[in-house]
Amino acid sequence: MAGIGGAETTGRKVRWSLLNAVVVVYALFPVLWIVSLSFKSKATLADGNFIPREWTLENYRAIFSTTEFVRALVNSIGIALIATAVAVVFGTMAAYAIARLDFPGKRVLVGVSLLIAMFPQISLVSPLFEIERSLGLFDTWPGLILPYITFALPLAIYTLSAFFREIPWELEKAAKMDGATPGQAFRRVIAPLAAPGVFTTAILVFIFCWNDFLFAISLTSTEASRTVPVALSFFTGSSQFEDPTGSVAAAAVVITIPIILFVLFFQRRIVAGLTSGAVKG
Amino acid sequence: MAEIVLDKVSKQYPDGAVAVRDVDIQIADGEFIILVGPSGCGKSTTLNMIAGLEDITSGELRIGGERVNERAPKDRDIAMVFQSYALYPHMTVKENMAFPLRLAKVDNATVEKKVKEAAEILDLTQHLDRKPSNLSGGQRQRVAMGRAIVRNPKAFLMDEPLSNLDAKLRVQMRTSVSRLQKQLGTTTVYVTHDQTEAMTLGDRVVVMRGGAVQQIGAPQYLYDHPANLFVAGFIGSPAMNFVPAGLENGTLRSPLGDIPLTARVRSMLEAADAPREVIVGLRPEHFEDARLVDEAVRDSGVTFTSQVDVLESMGSDKFAYFTLSGEQATSEELAELAADAGSADVPGSGVALVTRLSAASSATQGEQAEIWFDADKVQLFDPATGRNLTYAGE
Repeated sequence: MAGIGGAETTGRKVRWSLLNAVVVVYALFPVLWIVSLSFKSKATLADGNFIPREWTLENYRAIFSTTEFVRALVNSIGIALIATAVAVVFGTMAAYAIARLDFPGKRVLVGVSLLIAMFPQISLVSPLFEIERSLGLFDTWPGLILPYITFALPLAIYTLSAFFREIPWELEKAAKMDGATPGQAFRRVIAPLAAPGVFTTAILVFIFCWNDFLFAISLTSTEASRTVPVALSFFTGSSQFEDPTGSVAAAAVVITIPIILFVLFFQRRIVAGLTSGAVKG
Repeated sequence: MAEIVLDKVSKQYPDGAVAVRDVDIQIADGEFIILVGPSGCGKSTTLNMIAGLEDITSGELRIGGERVNERAPKDRDIAMVFQSYALYPHMTVKENMAFPLRLAKVDNATVEKKVKEAAEILDLTQHLDRKPSNLSGGQRQRVAMGRAIVRNPKAFLMDEPLSNLDAKLRVQMRTSVSRLQKQLGTTTVYVTHDQTEAMTLGDRVVVMRGGAVQQIGAPQYLYDHPANLFVAGFIGSPAMNFVPAGLENGTLRSPLGDIPLTARVRSMLEAADAPREVIVGLRPEHFEDARLVDEAVRDSGVTFTSQVDVLESMGSDKFAYFTLSGEQATSEELAELAADAGSADVPGSGVALVTRLSAASSATQGEQAEIWFDADKVQLFDPATGRNLTYAGE
């Protein structure tokens, strides 16, 4: 493309770069502000400077010295990982069936899962609260994992069935002819090809679980299962007159890190065009 | 290696559509058999039923004497080459070819050895570590073949394996497929819609139409003795010429002129209880420039004069195209063949005729030419049933 159109292309490039820069700054500015706040000392917290005049790690030291935050971090990581794993495994199987098979009630299944995804979560909070209390699930890990799976599954099924539909069916027939059982064909041919889809779905589901506040605040009451977003809202200073802004900012930065790591780690595996070359192409 | 027997095999879909109807084929051990027909004739369905990828509604399929209707594809010990090749994109060429052996839990040393052998046969040795996406069409096709041959299956099934290659490569691969099959001596069922592949590759050809077998036989036999109008029109390129004619007092009145019935044709017509209106079939090579025909031979044929529409000189022969006045031959079979060839919409009044003349012919485009043909070579068909009235077969 380079060189074609000369000045016009350059002009377009500049315009697009400018627009991109505006969008990126708009999106990242609040994040950077939080980062900045987290490094400020108590005295300079409200001075309105973007770049801290006094750098300090005091806020980080403070949040990690409380069991409240560390425990919440463990809860968050544990609950999000388990919910993601379960949702992806079941989602993969369901999506495969939806993409490949014609079974009675398929449309109903797809419709219902779409319905669940659209259901306002707030309307389920009170019933779930009552159900979990009577079942003894209230304020436990499973008590959060179960609703997370419920809402993550439709998302997983939708994303994954789109990926499965992209995989040529002939590959599966070829595997069968090569002597594979249906299970082997799925594990050794279909699943590896669907891997980018599985990782994409895993990221989406993990982010959904990690960010949830509504269920986490309604269905937990102690450190036993309280996740970071909720713990954050319970942050207070050491006295009631102290402003917890610095600690909240530090905690907010800390809980962003796993998401970034998760995305960076799996992004490398999301290689587009993995199926090219399977069929004539 | 084994013989494959299809005994009244039928396929009916749940919606009631019948894809394959009472197919009887006996494929001998080591035989190379071709299923050919226009799209939708049931040839691929038949192949998938042999493979086990589709259920058999009724009838029996036997491989090596055993009924295999209920067996899963993996338990039938047959390999298949797909039209799209269906290579596993996440595996290298080597892994692709080793895959069937790995599934069969063959030990590593044997896998290495067999893959190496297959790669040598198919000239893939230097590509073993590449992924399918980095291979050319021809190489991918060879990998697909390699994956089929590594485990010495009882039979090969090939579903239009060459149709994705460009014309030149296709001719080249055609000979290598043929050579490979002879070398391995494995029973092979090959599906194609290309009659040239059918003629050149197979020991025997099965022509199918609308889910039913039309005729089974050696390529040359089908060419010389088609059982019906459909086979006659499908086999051969350029196709057989069809001209309507009326039978009157032992003479055929046709746009080509009056064709006297030879003793051979006459006796067959009597035996076949022929209708009065028939379709005359004549292969392009049965025509010749009248000037190049010996006087002695000339009397046994018919001569007509017409204007040459188009003359194509191939160097070795000349193809002369004519349009004769009169009605076109019409029948269900011919309409279907025309639709398959995509020529159904080509407007044309009169009878189109293709003739293959010697290179020495002096026929010129736009000029009148005198053309001769051998009256004993005519094949006569019943327009209503499509049956070949001059068929001397079983």
